[in-house]
Amino acid sequence: MKISRRGLLGTAAAVSTLPMASARAQSKLPVFKIGVLNDQSGPYRDTGGVTSVICTQQAVDEFASQMKGYNVQVVAADHQNKPDLGASIARQWFDQDGVDMITDVPNSGVALAVSAVAKEKNKVHVNSGAASSDITGLQCSPNTVHWTYDTWMLAQSTGGATVKAGGDSWYFITADYAFGHKLESDTTALVKAAHGKVTGSSSYPFPGTTDFSSFLVQAQSSGAKVLGLANAGGDTINSIKQAKEFGLTMNIAALLMFITDVNALGLDVAGGLHLTESFYWDLNEGTRAFTNRVKAKTPDNWPNMAHAGCYAGSLHFMKAINHIGPVAAKASGRAIVDAMKALPTEDDCFGKGSVRADGRGMFKSYLFEVKKPSESKMKWDYYKIVQTTPPEQAWRPLNEGGCPFIKA
Amino acid sequence: MMTTVLGYNIGPMLAQGVLGLINGAFYALLSLGLAVIFGLLNIINFAHGALYMIGAFVAWAFLNYLGIGYWPALVIVPILVGGFGMLLERVFISKLYKLDHLYGLLLTFGLALIFEGLVRNYYGSSGMPFAVPESLRGATRLGFMIMPTYRAWVVVASFVVCISTWLIIEKTPIGATLRAATENPAMVQAFGVNVPRLVTLTYGAGVALAAFAGVMAAPVYSVNPSMGSNVIIVVFAVVVIGGMGSILGSILTGFGLGLVEGFTKYLYPQGSGVVIFVLMVIVLLLRPSGLFGKAA
Repeated sequence: MKISRRGLLGTAAAVSTLPMASARAQSKLPVFKIGVLNDQSGPYRDTGGVTSVICTQQAVDEFASQMKGYNVQVVAADHQNKPDLGASIARQWFDQDGVDMITDVPNSGVALAVSAVAKEKNKVHVNSGAASSDITGLQCSPNTVHWTYDTWMLAQSTGGATVKAGGDSWYFITADYAFGHKLESDTTALVKAAHGKVTGSSSYPFPGTTDFSSFLVQAQSSGAKVLGLANAGGDTINSIKQAKEFGLTMNIAALLMFITDVNALGLDVAGGLHLTESFYWDLNEGTRAFTNRVKAKTPDNWPNMAHAGCYAGSLHFMKAINHIGPVAAKASGRAIVDAMKALPTEDDCFGKGSVRADGRGMFKSYLFEVKKPSESKMKWDYYKIVQTTPPEQAWRPLNEGGCPFIKA
Repeated sequence: MMTTVLGYNIGPMLAQGVLGLINGAFYALLSLGLAVIFGLLNIINFAHGALYMIGAFVAWAFLNYLGIGYWPALVIVPILVGGFGMLLERVFISKLYKLDHLYGLLLTFGLALIFEGLVRNYYGSSGMPFAVPESLRGATRLGFMIMPTYRAWVVVASFVVCISTWLIIEKTPIGATLRAATENPAMVQAFGVNVPRLVTLTYGAGVALAAFAGVMAAPVYSVNPSMGSNVIIVVFAVVVIGGMGSILGSILTGFGLGLVEGFTKYLYPQGSGVVIFVLMVIVLLLRPSGLFGKAA
């Protein structure tokens, strides 16, 4: 995002003088703070980053007229993909800065740490950017909602479709940390359930690996039909690029890919790939309307599903505060999350949906095929819908997650 | 039945060796520039990775904004970025020659963070695509693996550049003057050689090597603000193993460690990130001045 220094100074000056009168008038109202905690400077900056802050602010701006007796502010910080740093920012926000809800938090390692802090402090964590299905499974929390996607849903949609199309033998290239292993094991379970087999896998050091050729050659010589990429962001981009270069004849299943990654790869390389998101700007009237409202604020990085999840999750959070009232909401994050589970969700990005007892957001998931350069009419016109999975089939069944507070 | 050695198939091992050499080519090119700068100027140039990234990035900008393709970029970009390096040397680094090495390290590290941050701020973290030039597309079947033409070109080009650099420094009058100037700058100055200018040009040449590696890397990896910081630590390990400042040492170690890393990726992929550092520790314990370094 380009910000001119003059513009910034001007805005700062204007902000500091103008709203004095109205601030005084509203000073009695309680203020709820939403903290956007994500990677603002590293490998997941484009898939989260500033665009998540913009989308969260968008939700607050749109909902302002409906807030019943309270105000909402958005703050943001960079967790640099370090779980310890993420947890300490979360503590400071909850303890000293009056933050009530933390959103986005990509990187499963950081997400699980922040989720634990939110539970301890009885605040709210609405996760959008992280993938591990453990967030609503073994490590679920009554204070956490996992909005946008997870490893089980990705495996089910992209993996399921690949198996159905005859891809019954797999080789994985896996990022060697919590997320990569979860994505590999969720997909392996699915492949085996369909009587397929896994011929092998290479876990590479994360972060810091840029050359995947060695693993690609091993995958090719394993004789498997499908190359499963259990990685994300720049690693996925490099893997796909190099697979093309080495003339890989396997079918590539990029298990986690965002539209921002497709944009970076270019359609001549990415064209024909299948991937899964729960949001795409050109799905329907609602998604187009939302994108039209925010795209001027983030012209080089249109929202992907994680960004949209920050918007929709924040909107639903505020609806829950309306529902139980600001006093009860200030008193207990768990009460807010309970209300989020009780209320149906509805927004421009994900349509109608719900939040399940374990905190899982229940929305449709979409399997997309990336367009060939000749099919794309403009920048960001990248996807064709192949398959829509209804919410009840898209996500891991409630009783299979192993969430301790769900009675099977 | 494939031929086996120690229970491993020879085909995949051969393939990993070739792939290791390709990565080794980048290590060699980058560590060569570092060794030139350290050997002749005594500066630990932490900005090397960022300058490599800038090389790749300028090549991308040429293609997208000016329509200048890969081949011209391969010549123009190192000259431009090398010139930028000379500017850095004149404005910042030359002020630190009288101080401890540590100051140069901190300064160049800071510069690296600034360059990386600026590119990330304006162009994002996902990276930009850069297509392989038309004339180097395609691949050759080698029996045990598929060899992309571009990667073969990387190995050959980097080998030629490395050997030429070594020859210039070790076997030509310019190289001799340069080496003399590092041994005893006052004496060489007395012979009428403008030593500060020589030093600036040398730094520029080291930076140009990094930029050259950057242009070579652009079609292989996505042009990405963190591409330099991913590789710089490994390259420093290469320089340390080869012997700080040893030109030939850094070239041989670059290719050699590429090979070692390649085999590790096959035998135990999780370990491929640390194998170079394990080797570094062993070399430092047994031969503190590095494999090819002169004992201090």
